[in-house]
Amino acid sequence: MDSQAYASATDTLPAEHGHPPFLRHHFESVSQQREAANFGMWVFLLTEVMFFGGMFCAYLIFRNWYHPAFVAGSNTLDITLGTTNTAVLIASSFTMAMSVYAAEIRRRGMLMFFLACTIVLGFVFLGIKGVEYHQKFVDHHVPGPSFSIEEFVHPSNPKALALTPDMAEKTQLYFSLYFLMTGMHALHMIIGISLLFFLLWRAYQGAYTEGHVMPIENFGLYWHFVDIIWIFLFPLLYLISRYR
Amino acid sequence: MSSTIISLPDQTTARLPRKSYLNQEYGLKSWLLTGDHKRIAILYLISITFFFIIGGILAGLIRMELLTPAADLMATDTYNKVFSMHGIIMIFLFLVPSVPATIGNFLIPLMVGARDLAFPKINLLSWYLYVIGGIFILAAMVLGGVDTGWTFTTPLSTHYLNTHVVTAAMGIFIAGFASIFTGLNFIVTVHRMRCPGMTWFRLPLFVWGHYATSIIMILGTPVLAITLVLVAMERLFDIGVFDPTKGGDPLLFQHLFWFYSHPAVYIMILPGMAVISEVISTFSRKRVFGYTAVAFSSVAIAVFGFLVWEHHMFIMGVSQYSALVFSLLTMLVAVPSAIKIFNWAMTMYQGSITFETPMLYAFGFFGLFTIGGLTGVFLATMGMDIHLTETYFVVAHFHFVMVGGMLMAYLAGIHFWWPKMTGRMYPEAISKLAAVVTFIGFIVTFFPQFLLGYLGMPRRYAAYPADFQVLNVFSTAGASILGIGYLLPLFYLPWSLIYGKIAGDNPWQATGLEWQIQSPPLTENFVEIPIMDHEAYDYEWLANKTQHEVQTVG
Repeated sequence: MDSQAYASATDTLPAEHGHPPFLRHHFESVSQQREAANFGMWVFLLTEVMFFGGMFCAYLIFRNWYHPAFVAGSNTLDITLGTTNTAVLIASSFTMAMSVYAAEIRRRGMLMFFLACTIVLGFVFLGIKGVEYHQKFVDHHVPGPSFSIEEFVHPSNPKALALTPDMAEKTQLYFSLYFLMTGMHALHMIIGISLLFFLLWRAYQGAYTEGHVMPIENFGLYWHFVDIIWIFLFPLLYLISRYR
Repeated sequence: MSSTIISLPDQTTARLPRKSYLNQEYGLKSWLLTGDHKRIAILYLISITFFFIIGGILAGLIRMELLTPAADLMATDTYNKVFSMHGIIMIFLFLVPSVPATIGNFLIPLMVGARDLAFPKINLLSWYLYVIGGIFILAAMVLGGVDTGWTFTTPLSTHYLNTHVVTAAMGIFIAGFASIFTGLNFIVTVHRMRCPGMTWFRLPLFVWGHYATSIIMILGTPVLAITLVLVAMERLFDIGVFDPTKGGDPLLFQHLFWFYSHPAVYIMILPGMAVISEVISTFSRKRVFGYTAVAFSSVAIAVFGFLVWEHHMFIMGVSQYSALVFSLLTMLVAVPSAIKIFNWAMTMYQGSITFETPMLYAFGFFGLFTIGGLTGVFLATMGMDIHLTETYFVVAHFHFVMVGGMLMAYLAGIHFWWPKMTGRMYPEAISKLAAVVTFIGFIVTFFPQFLLGYLGMPRRYAAYPADFQVLNVFSTAGASILGIGYLLPLFYLPWSLIYGKIAGDNPWQATGLEWQIQSPPLTENFVEIPIMDHEAYDYEWLANKTQHEVQTVG
């Protein structure tokens, strides 16, 4: 495939060849099918925004009420790992965008390479997240019976502000929201990675390099959405009053 | 173009088409793995009827318990479980999917001139999710029930009860996704699948109503989903978001829950209004008066619906000033609702009205919905609300809207489109009787509850002071009449599948695209995608067309 193929890619599904195999019977044309699928994905992402919206709403209220607890909780998170994860996720969004491009210019090998890269980066993100979760278990910062406020009432770090026991109790709420929001995000990542394996397998069969770009494009939208959720989660959870 | 389609009003000459979506394929597998929106609609119809019967039996138990002042039929905690399950099943498994997932699913592609909904597989997935959700809820009931009421109020649901809250919440979570997928499918279909010439303002009002419903489904339902996840997390891991002892806020639950559940009552009424628009126009033989106003009032109800949720919380310690704003916004919802009612009345004015069964149900809807809607304005008034909240007045109000409004509209729609769905007519005389019995039964059941609530009888109690007994006896007696009204269609509609008169393509001489094709329709709906060259509800166009065809044939 050369650059000329790319230039004529959208025109290579002419009506004179009859219906391409991926055109479903109830659509009149490929463009109608593509627009419907694309629009459907955006509507679905709208529901996802509302889904996460509930948690962001809870976060907003409790952060407003218990700001010192949220600052103290946030400062115990590992900012290096968090930043690395942000970089990993942005990189995975880039490889996903490259996958869409590869499908559009109909290069099967390139498509598979970038899909594989996205899978690897997804696993790296989840791995780092796992390390962070593990650290929280070690520190007794997981909400529940073993939760300990010791660190917040008598901080080991002399520069950190000590909280009153009453306010320190509220850090549990911060960590609840932390686990809930990042956990829900990680669940979306896991679903995404599972779908990526399926796409990779279909790409290997050559399903997406014959003009049927839509599934890759739609999955790209989903993946970027999950990425954007993290872009909001990172400052809200990791970067509260870090400058102090 | 369409001269091959013949619609004759005379049913004696009508014959069942040789090929239709019902006999395209046979066998259980062809139904369970179908992508055809019409077959999925039938699957939904059967499953929601099943859940309606269960919910109805529970309602009967409630009314029987309330026949006497003492809690003598069942223990008080059993009573709590019975009314909770009644609410959960009726709302999430019957009312929310009732019209959209059955009639809407069947008709929206036909009305916009498409071969199917945009995503047939997602449509089928939606039905499976609904069934799985239903199984979860039934499991919760069989394993011992839930006694939180359908509202899952925290901290009662999270800290004080040891019933199957998580199972039921999971069921609602899953069934919620069924509703999201239905809404998503409708929105994409209306945007992307309209046939040539079908502009937005040529769409039947049925489609507009469902479009507005779908907006609520996709924006509201995910909020309910995350709220129920939080309740489950609270119960399983004690995360504290709704727990005041840990700094959490039970009122936050109310905000999140009603952010869905108030708009959800518009999910439960807008499709009903959508049905009524079609029925009123057809049996008055007039274009719906103020088409544009009716179309936009649906959207207005959907939009206002998202801005009124706090009126469920006036007595729960919210700020008085915000309550004032929400009170005003709630009253605003009455405006688009009144626009609809008045426009329908004007549609009938000087129309050639005939009294077929769907029209009788539509009349029932008119009266009952108007009473239900107006008492909603009472409840929106803060002073009245403090007196009436958590009383039988509220119960009567939402039953007038949900049962008197939506269920009447649902039955109107089922009767109206029964010939299109099955190719056969329902028996006219007995169905008229059923419509009248339902109306009378409904009034006798629920009107006394307004009085009970006004006198101060609280909802959700198995026992009550002896002074209230007379009105409660009336209500229970009415419920048995209502039960007969609902049982009748359960018998004569299946009967009509075999013995009903053959309907023909267009028994009502209606103008919608769905009536211009054979009944029951082909699997692919249209032999050739139609071209819409006239306005909606154009009876002159239909008269010309019919005349032309009769000449062509004869």
